[in-house]
Amino acid sequence: MNVSLLEICYLIASLTFVIGLKMMGNPKTARKGNLIGAGGMTAAILGTIFLHDGQVPMVIYALIGLSILIGTIAGWVAARKVAMTKMPELVSLFNGMGGACAALISLIEYPHLSQQTSTLVPVLAGLIIGSVSFSGSMIAFLKLNGTLNKAVRIPSYNIVNTVIMIITLGLGVMMVINPALNTLTYMYSLLALSLLYGILFVVPIGGADMPVVISLLNSFTGLAAAFGGFLYGNKAMLTGGILVGSAGTLLTVIMCKAMNRSLSSVIFGAFGGSSAVGGTSSEGGTVKDIQVADLAVLMNYSKKVIIVPGYGLAVAQAQHIIHEIELILESRGVEVKYAIHPVAGRMPGHMNVLLAESSVDYGKLSEMEEINPEFSSTDVVLVVGANDVVNPAAKTDPSSPIYGMPILEVENATHIIVNKRSMNAGYAGIDNQLFYNSKTSMLFGDAKSVLTSLANELKAL
Amino acid sequence: METIFTFIQQNIDMIYFIVLSIFVGVEVIGHVPTVLHTPLMSGANAIHGVVIVGAIHVMLNLKADDYIMLTLGFLAVLLGTLNVVGGFVVTDRMLEMFKKK
Repeated sequence: MNVSLLEICYLIASLTFVIGLKMMGNPKTARKGNLIGAGGMTAAILGTIFLHDGQVPMVIYALIGLSILIGTIAGWVAARKVAMTKMPELVSLFNGMGGACAALISLIEYPHLSQQTSTLVPVLAGLIIGSVSFSGSMIAFLKLNGTLNKAVRIPSYNIVNTVIMIITLGLGVMMVINPALNTLTYMYSLLALSLLYGILFVVPIGGADMPVVISLLNSFTGLAAAFGGFLYGNKAMLTGGILVGSAGTLLTVIMCKAMNRSLSSVIFGAFGGSSAVGGTSSEGGTVKDIQVADLAVLMNYSKKVIIVPGYGLAVAQAQHIIHEIELILESRGVEVKYAIHPVAGRMPGHMNVLLAESSVDYGKLSEMEEINPEFSSTDVVLVVGANDVVNPAAKTDPSSPIYGMPILEVENATHIIVNKRSMNAGYAGIDNQLFYNSKTSMLFGDAKSVLTSLANELKAL
Repeated sequence: METIFTFIQQNIDMIYFIVLSIFVGVEVIGHVPTVLHTPLMSGANAIHGVVIVGAIHVMLNLKADDYIMLTLGFLAVLLGTLNVVGGFVVTDRMLEMFKKK
């Protein structure tokens, strides 16, 4: 009776995962979809604890209760308290926790379940994938929060990484084939190798590609969970894990496409590294700059202003002040829109989340395809902390590393104002011809302080 | 060759299940607007927290005096909970902002 009831719990959980994910694909139903998934998860967890068949000592129940209690409080507080700009690293951290959980399950089960091939394979697979996902996510977390802010490149890291990957997988396969190698010592070696590989895999990858890596590691953890489901014949773990594995892989590919990069060039390539200097910086030219007071007048008497926010806006925490400027301009009868490039910010969609946080109306955020035709009828484009996503080299210069990436065609507007801290190149490390365009004026300075004075000037008009 | 055929025959239901789940995963993500990529990634992140079910299962089958394993199991459940709770709460927080005013 209990067992079949438990199966029903898992069935419900599996269905809610599918329905929840589907609903999360639409802005109207997304929030409900997430809650439905959470509901199914709760059913699966409670069912596993309370519908268990067989005698279990009280102390174990107490331990489970305690760890769930601590985890719930810590997870809840972390998720509620963290600033919206820190979202990507938090997702990476939680992902690492899931990977570690899968690896720990394998560590515990190895002594019991290493005798049969049918259980040994999922135990080892869970161990390898879970560990890679854990150590990789931790490195991604450290990179995103700035602790590890350089792309560390050991000499010929591609070869070293590949060799370590082959040794790791080879050892795993050997442990399955050759019973003499199927011992605790080798299992711990496998654990150490997997953790090492996770570190080496992420360490050389530059900041701009981090979203892709997190998404990839996300699908790894899904895979690790699926192997756990295979081990126990647990359908909820299987559906949850496989869904995230395949959906995560697709999401990774979509992200790569938006940046016009292939997955292999993210993993093996050299974006953001010193070697990737392309473009035609020599043709340079002179840049104009503009004073805040002049810009305020220019914007105040415009019909239409489009704001192009980039990660620089988020770093400077200027998303609130930009909303204030938008409100002032609207009260003067200026039409204001935001043009969001698919990869603006640190993750696709990240910029939308940040602007939504400062209560910018969702309807004002326009995606690239719909806003591009509007630039020609725009008086002022204000580019704040964005660079590569407005670089015309992506369309005109085949030698540029970002050639082919779809960009926001801001150069069609009458006036282009670019706010940057300095003339330094963006993530991709390439020069931007837009800055030398005769219609472009530079507004140098920290986004938050410059925009604050712009808001004050506007109010005074 | 023989062993592969036996394996397929014995696990045919599982193979169907896995292949279909992969397609469902791909289809479900199909036409998602860019705006929702970050929340979706975060939501998927929460869902793979289902691995906690395995961790609880492991704990329930341990002996009460196997202290080392109990510690590892405790840690596994704790980390799994962090993944699940943190993942769903953070996703909800992101999506809460997309409310139309």
